[in-house]
Formats: sequence, structure tokens, C-alpha cells
Amino acid sequence: MLKLILRRIIVALPTLIILSMIIFGLQRMLPGDPIQTMMAEESDPQVVEFLREKYRLNDPLPMQYLAWVGNVLQGDFGSSLRTGIPVTEMILQKLPITVQLATMAMIMALLIGIPAGILAAVHKNSAIDYTANAVALSGMSVPNFWLGIILIMVFAVSWKILPASGYVPITQDFWLSIKSMLMPAFVLSTAVAAYLMRHTRSAMLSVLSSDYIRTARAKGLLSNAVIIRHALRNALMPIVTLATLLFGDLLAGAVLTEQIFVIPGFGKLIVDAVFTRDYAVVQGVVLFTAIGFIAMNILADVLYIVINPRLRHPQ
Amino acid sequence: MKKLVLSAMLAGLMGATAVSAADLNVALQDDPDILDPHRGNTFVGRMVFGPLCDALFDIDTSLNIVPRLVADWAWSEGDTVLTMNLRPDALFHDGTPVNGEAVKANLERALNLPESNRKAELASIESIEVLSDTQVAITLKAPDAAFLANLTDRAGMMVSPASFETAGEGGLVCAGPYKFVERIQNDRIVMEKFADHWDADNYHFDQVIYRPIPDTTVRLANLQSGDLDIIERPAPNDMATIQGDSNLVFDIVTGLGFYGVNFNLGNGERSQSPINQDKRLREALNLTIDRDVLNDVLGMGTYPPAYQPFSTASWAYNPEFDGGERDIERAKALMAEAGHETVSFEILYANNSAMQSLFELVQAMASEAGFNITLRPTEFAAYVDEREAGNFEVSQFGASGRIDPDGNFHRYLACGSAGNVGNYCNDELTDLLNKARVINDVEERKALYDQAQQIAAEDLPALYFYYTPRTWAYSAKLDGFVAYADGVLRLAGLKPKQ
Repeated sequence: MLKLILRRIIVALPTLIILSMIIFGLQRMLPGDPIQTMMAEESDPQVVEFLREKYRLNDPLPMQYLAWVGNVLQGDFGSSLRTGIPVTEMILQKLPITVQLATMAMIMALLIGIPAGILAAVHKNSAIDYTANAVALSGMSVPNFWLGIILIMVFAVSWKILPASGYVPITQDFWLSIKSMLMPAFVLSTAVAAYLMRHTRSAMLSVLSSDYIRTARAKGLLSNAVIIRHALRNALMPIVTLATLLFGDLLAGAVLTEQIFVIPGFGKLIVDAVFTRDYAVVQGVVLFTAIGFIAMNILADVLYIVINPRLRHPQ
Repeated sequence: MKKLVLSAMLAGLMGATAVSAADLNVALQDDPDILDPHRGNTFVGRMVFGPLCDALFDIDTSLNIVPRLVADWAWSEGDTVLTMNLRPDALFHDGTPVNGEAVKANLERALNLPESNRKAELASIESIEVLSDTQVAITLKAPDAAFLANLTDRAGMMVSPASFETAGEGGLVCAGPYKFVERIQNDRIVMEKFADHWDADNYHFDQVIYRPIPDTTVRLANLQSGDLDIIERPAPNDMATIQGDSNLVFDIVTGLGFYGVNFNLGNGERSQSPINQDKRLREALNLTIDRDVLNDVLGMGTYPPAYQPFSTASWAYNPEFDGGERDIERAKALMAEAGHETVSFEILYANNSAMQSLFELVQAMASEAGFNITLRPTEFAAYVDEREAGNFEVSQFGASGRIDPDGNFHRYLACGSAGNVGNYCNDELTDLLNKARVINDVEERKALYDQAQQIAAEDLPALYFYYTPRTWAYSAKLDGFVAYADGVLRLAGLKPKQ
């Protein structure tokens, strides 16, 4: 197992190097100058020139890239041009927030999506199936900003049972923290739950029509045992892949949801940084989330082995 | 490094602060930039500096300059030496006194720090002399009419010299009624009452929390739910909702800033297009714009029509330059006189919904006289770049406004000024604006600005459409809220209703 993880990490290294070049290069291809953008109304040519030198913006691009990579390898992601806050500090400030939001959203999505998918598959072409499909379709198509604002209006403005926005650290007040994240996590979970439901349904349908399930049924096993122990376990493989990828997505941040619920996560951080051409922040945060995404992929591989014993002893 | 990481992680985990009755929650439209008054660039940054950093001077609601850290002051004969007596009881948040040495150190920092954005505001300083612990004399190279006004804002804010190295990144140590507690980017800036402030009795909240919430609907929803006490800049179309809610109060004063367009009169090839070459065409365009419609449709009545760089809040405002009804026939006649039946040009602007609606209206109005306007909405950073590079014919023009009229006029229209992206240059006008800079007498200055306005009204290097209102919505449970034309919130006297 450890060997497998190590091998996957080594394979991921070239990906990371290429990725770092892309992250760096794409930023520089955008029109607009970070210093001019930051100064806007107040621009003073002398200060602009000083800052360009300070942040090495006058150096040739390859030199800038190497300097950045060199610093990153030493654990220094640089500082925000706009606020002066070190990027590492920003990431560490936002990491617990994003992880909590993504985890809560994922748990909700799993709790809604997988049972709904199983029910829809077992009761194929019944009212349950159609309802589950209709709900899934709306989950995918309802825009997050609309659903978010409606939820705020109902639960925070009218009923006043949940806070309208904001983030309370889980270490400070556990229940208030969970409460403040309920609406944004639910909004985020709708689309994820819908994907999970659709995939669970189709995976279950193909497994349920296979020979060994018919055999299991013929042997007189209880219906629930067949579905949970025999069918679901095999159907889970593609769902695990999807779920880990979707979780990676959630960790990369959710701009609109964060904006509506005023949650200081990765999504808004990156978008703001792109708009202000705050290079160090964009590069640092994107690289960090890319590493997170690769870690999720490795996790998916590990989970395959846990779920499917056949993969433990490759031929 | 490890320590830093650990403390950063703790800061992140312990982030938000419990809400109590004595907290004041204020929503800002954006997250401020660096929290150092000498280096900051943003308007929302000024909002946050308000309670954190006392300046040497302040303004009252009529824009008069009033004492703050300075108890009283006097100008020498010839207006070149300013002698200031400091309050003896003002302290920085680290307990050190705001004395003559600290004032000198701050002004020198604002002048000499390579990243300082206050250099232009203090450029007239020749020398600073500490006469005693509470007395400082500043000698200017020449009289500078805007000097005191500049000292009411960031250029006059005092940072504890002990924290010069860490200001901004490591938390700000100033001398305001509230001291910095923590900042979580995009989430909150928390400050708590500074008990040793010289005017502490006038500040009634234990904690003040500024939260950046860019979306106007979300800002309002948070105010309605009681999570916020004050929001700045509510959307004009939410005004009716706020006014119809007995728990909320809507407040508006005319601000000092403006929106309009400026023309590329000398910055590269695109200054050669007809609209930039012939002022009759610009006059014709001006005649097609109905400012009252802009006010009604876009601002729901909150966008006062503008025809000049000075809003009605400024002493330099002159009603004689206002007016000019919409007159399509006269516009067409002017175009014919210039030899054009139709005139095409492009307007460059920063892509946001407010500017989009504004220029769509302008496009529609101007088309009635035969103007064929192409709209080029551009993402902000690229927009700034295009303007600097002269890659525009006509561009969005806006300023957040300064207390002294100089900041609304000279910076944008004097030859070679930093904000003059269209490279308009009229020596006579520049001369008048330069003269107005070195006279302290208001009447004399106003006469100079009137003459300068006359020239600008003939050359038309820019058109003004509306003055930016300073709007607020706040909880009816608050007492003592006062709005200022500079848009900065002042917390003195603000308290929960008994």
C-alpha cells in the first residue's frame, strides 16, 4: 500500500512541475499590470517603478519563474501585493474554513445522493425514480446564488433561525459554527448530490442486472442484503472516483456560494487575486489546491483497494 | 517559520469573534488593501483607518477643517510655516505618546518610504522642526492650499514609530479610538475600544467589526436579519425596501466624487478620431445627455446631475456652470457644422453592472442625434492598462473626490498630471490651477477655479454625468449616526438607542 502511494506521488511530480509553469504562464498572459491595477486612482510613477523592482516584475519571465519556484521549494509562497499578508498565512487562514465547508457539503451530498440513487435504481421507472430524477435535475440546474439568497431570505431574514452569513471557527463555538455553515454547505451540496444520485443509479442498474445478483436472489437472500452487500459494494467503484473528484472541486473553493454567505474561503480569494493581478496569491493558492487535487486522486486509488480486494494482489 | 505557520493557523482557527450587545458590525463594499495609511490605496481602506488612526486634522459635516490630534494651529505670514500645537493627552495604542518627534517621524515616513502613496500630498514640505514635545513647525517650499485638507486624511494619520516596520502586514498601531485586533482577509477586520484614547467617552461600542460584503443584496439581507448594524452604499433600487422597513434607516448625502467620460485628446493614435479632434462634436454629445434621466433610471433619484468637477458639497461648486438642457436639434446642428451626419466612437469602461447600465443609456441617448457608440466593457485590470496606454477614444471617468477642490481638478486635467490619461493640455487652465494651489484665501481660489472651469467648459476634455452619493442604511436601534460627504464613517457619538 505504502509503495503504491509512493509510486503515485513520484508520478505526480512531473504533473506538478508542468502545472506550476502553466499557473505562472497563464497569469502573465493576461492584460493588465498588477501595480497599476492596485494603485488605480492614486498611481504615482515613482512608487510604481519601485514596486515593479521590488516584486521583480521587470525581470525576464523565466527568471521570475525560477525565483518563484526557488522560494516555493523553501516554503515561501511570497506575499500579497495588495495586502502585504504572506500567502502561506492566507492559505492557512482559509484552509480550515474551506475544508469544513467542503466536508459538510460532501457529507450532505453523500447522505442525499447515494440513498436517492439506490432507491431510484431499485424502483426503476416508478414514481420514486421519477421524483429522484426530477429533484436531481433541479439540483444541477438551480443557480447557487439564487438558492443562496432565497435560503437567506427564508431562514435568516424571515424566520431568523440561522445566521445570514459569516463564519465562526469550529474551535470557538461548535454548534454556531455548524449552524453558520448549514446553508452554504447545503447550497453547495445540491449539485454534487445530483451527480452522485445519477451515477449511483446507473451503476446500481448495471450491477443489479448482472448474473451474480440473480444467483444471489435465487439462493433466497433477502432483497436488502443483496442490494447493500452485493450490489452496492460493486457499484461503489465509479462513485468513489466521482466523489473524490467532486470533493477536490469543493476544496478548490466555490466563488458564488462564498460570496453570498460571506465565507472567506479559497474561491473568493483566488477570484479577487486574479482580478487584481495579485500574482503571488494566485500562484500560491492554485498550486496549493492542485496539490490537494492530486492528493484526492491518490486517496481515490487507496479507496479502490479498500473497497475491491481483487485490486490488492495485481496479477 | 514553524512558529509563524502555527500562529497563522491559530489565528485562522480562532478567527471570528463572538457577538455581544456592545459590538458594532459594519459592512464594507470591498476588502481593503494594505492596512498602513501611508501605503494604502483604496477607499474602503480609508473607512477602516477612520476609527483606527487619528489624523492631525479632521473635517466637520460642512467640510471645514477641525482639530483632531492637533489642538490648534497657526500659519506664518506668507502661509509657508505651519505651527501646530498637539494635544498633550494623545497616545498610540502601544502606550507611547503622540508627540512632536512622532509627528515628524510619521511625516518623514510618508514622504520617504519608497512605497508611500502620500508623497504627492506632502510634496510641498521643505522641512519639519520639532519645537517641543507638543509643538511642531512645518515649513513649506511654497504655500499649499490643499495641505491641511491632505492632513485630515491618510497623509496626516499617525502610526506609532515603533511599529513602522510591521505596519500593514503585522497589525496597525495607531492613535485612534479603536485598536486593531485581527484581520481575516475577505471576512473581517476586528478592532476593540482603546480605553486610553483622549476622547474615549465619546465612543460607545466595545468592539467594531468591519466585514467586506461585495453583493448589495447580501449586504441588505444581513442588515435585515440583524447580523449587521450599518451597511455602506446600498443599491439605489433597494432604497424603497429600506425606507419601507421600520427597523431600518436610509441616509444619503451628496459626495465629493463624480462619474462621467473623458476624451483622449493627446494620448496616441486614438486621439485622432473625430470626437477627440473637434470640440463641437463633444459639445453635441453633451447636448444629447439627459442627466435627470440618468438620475431617475440609474440612481432612483440619488444621483445628483453633474456638470462640473466640484459637487454641491464643495465650496468651489459654482451653479453657473450647471444646466444645459438636452437639445437634440442643436446637437444635430453642431454635428452638421462640423461636417458630420453621424459620428462613431468607442467608450471604454470597467466591466460592472453600474457602468454597463450608465453607458447603455448614454449610447441610446446619443444615438438620437446620430452618434454611433460602440461599448467596450473591459475587466478592471485590463481597463486600467488600456487607459494608461492610450488605447481608447472615450473612457469612463470617475473620482472618489477630495475635500480640497484641487484633488478633483488639477489631478485629472492639468498638463502632465498623473490622472490625466487623455493627455489634455491647456497651458492657461494649468496655470490657473497651479495658481489656485498656492493661495489660501477661499474667495481668491474660487475665482481662479471659476476661470479654469470656463476654459474646461469650452475645451470639453471631459463630461460629468452625476455626483456619487454617499448612501448608508443602518439599524433603527442606533442613535447619533452622521453621514459625511467624504463617505468615511465617524463613530464618535454613535450609540445603541436607550
